Amino acid sequence: MTFTRALSAEFLKLFSTRLWWILALVLFLYVGVMAGGLGALFGWAATGGDASAAGVSPLPPGMNLHAVIYSMASSIGYVFPVLLGAFAVTGEFRHQTLTPTFLATPRRGIVLSAKVVAMLLVGALFGVIAWASTVGLGAAALGAFNLDTALDSSDTWAMVGRGVLAMALWAAVGVGLGALVPSQVAALIIVIAFTQFLEPVLRLVSSFNEVTANIARFLPGAASDSLVGASFYSVAMPGGSAETLFWWQGGLVLLAIAVVTTVAGYFTSWRRDVT
Amino acid sequence: MPIGVPIEFAGVTKRFGAVNAVNDLSFTVEPGRVTGFLGPNGAGKTTSLRMLLGLVRPTSGTATFGGVPYRQLPNPLTAVGAALEAASFHPGRTARNHLGVYAAAAGLDKARVDIVLGKVGLSEYADRRVGGYSLGMRQRLGLAGTLLGDPGVLVLDEPINGLDPEGIKWIRLFLRELAAEGRTVLVSSHLLSEVQQSVDDVVIIARGQLVHRGPLSSLDTEATPHVIVNSPTPEALAAALTAAGLSHAPARAGLLVAASDPAQIGHVAFAAGVEISVLHRQETGLEDSFLSLIAGGGER
Ligand SMILES: Nc1ncnc2c1ncn2[C@@H]1O[C@H](COP(=O)(O)OP(=O)(O)O)[C@@H](O)[C@H]1O
Ligand SMILES: [Mg+2]
Repeated sequence: MTFTRALSAEFLKLFSTRLWWILALVLFLYVGVMAGGLGALFGWAATGGDASAAGVSPLPPGMNLHAVIYSMASSIGYVFPVLLGAFAVTGEFRHQTLTPTFLATPRRGIVLSAKVVAMLLVGALFGVIAWASTVGLGAAALGAFNLDTALDSSDTWAMVGRGVLAMALWAAVGVGLGALVPSQVAALIIVIAFTQFLEPVLRLVSSFNEVTANIARFLPGAASDSLVGASFYSVAMPGGSAETLFWWQGGLVLLAIAVVTTVAGYFTSWRRDVT
Repeated sequence: MPIGVPIEFAGVTKRFGAVNAVNDLSFTVEPGRVTGFLGPNGAGKTTSLRMLLGLVRPTSGTATFGGVPYRQLPNPLTAVGAALEAASFHPGRTARNHLGVYAAAAGLDKARVDIVLGKVGLSEYADRRVGGYSLGMRQRLGLAGTLLGDPGVLVLDEPINGLDPEGIKWIRLFLRELAAEGRTVLVSSHLLSEVQQSVDDVVIIARGQLVHRGPLSSLDTEATPHVIVNSPTPEALAAALTAAGLSHAPARAGLLVAASDPAQIGHVAFAAGVEISVLHRQETGLEDSFLSLIAGGGER
């Protein structure tokens, strides 16, 4: 009872400010332009354009170009649900709305779990938006060069489903991060630095050695790519799509990260005095 | 009509590291009355109220509503309405949505939102983002939030800060009305004059400690009485007072004598043959006794 009330309050909080649709709009445009652009670039290269002159390497043999392009929804778009989830927590600290929130629902664990559930659902919504964008624009680009769009393959749609799940889990990871790092600025810097710089570099560097490559499979972005089953990194990496986890293992890694950070955040910032 | 329950502080203490913010605070606030919770800035009012509301964990002691801690109230917004200083709003949310969020969290009827916005006179601005509100409007929105669940107990931290004279008049009537309905009303302020016209009881703290509690009128008797007296020949008057065993001190308008009855001073002067130009009882007033209480009390 208290939980469902807290859950509906969380949805009202999210949808009564502008952040969610601004993030959703930027996500839609960003992954859509990247997928459409990359699809057009590879399509042009594969259909006999002067690829070497343009600096585009030929595709690795056996690679599913359509999967790489569609999966950009999560492989580069995952930062958006993370930010949404993190801001759902840090915003309460920043605007001191924890006071009215805890006055209405004094059992703080209920509030935090309601946030996690709300963010899982809205993260899935972000997933639908992002995958609609990459599949729509990516398929249009591939189709324009008469390349296989694989839209009639059930594998493609299973990947889309796993991709939506990945985005939902990322939003929950964001909640955990926000609870662990309640400063909005610090959380933002950590998200950007980790997703845009630290993890890509770690994945690249670790891929040169078998031992480190084995460990790097558990990096959150790598786990997410395993869950989805395709990644932009398989093109960018020298070793190609070397070692990955099973899709369900990737999902469990993301879930574990979300649970551990949320519980740790509960015991640190969330239970503190609200002064 | 919701009936208030007493608020009980029992040995409440809070330390923030080395800072002793509240020290062994015990008092009861009765329903049907407006109680002023007074003390200078930094006295520990906000900290005490946040402990009462389950937002800050006391180092020791308990604060309850009729024996029940806030966190154990089944649906707290329907029992206690609280507005804390530095009212907290998301600037991008409208007043209607702000209240809607907490009405949902407490499972209250959405119609309550419009009712309470009307009560505090904000209906016209309900769909404006709170970021554009004046301090006075934010205070009113905070008050609207306290009324959402039609609670029997109201806890208001410095609700008069930032209100214009019209707003101050309005809130005074408002507090009186709530108490007249049988609710418990606890309202904090650092200025006695702000709440003097609306409170029945006062609880005064200084440096985290209780220094006085009782009905407002009890502040009157706290003051040490003085008489102001002057004469064209002040030296002769001073000598006569000293001879009569009365302690006195120079004041702006003559001599300040530690006595309660002007007639006694008049008699001393008459007997000594000293002409008198001024003779009256000094009006100390509630504010003076409040100031002397918070200046002297609560030594650590
Ligand atoms: N979070 C905190 N950390 C450290 N000290 C605090 C904190 N909150 C309040 N204090 C201190 O506790 C004392 C009481 O503060 P407060 O309750 O805000 O007083 P008031 O509301 O009467 O002005 C002050 O000395 C203040 O500096
Ligand atoms: Mg205060």
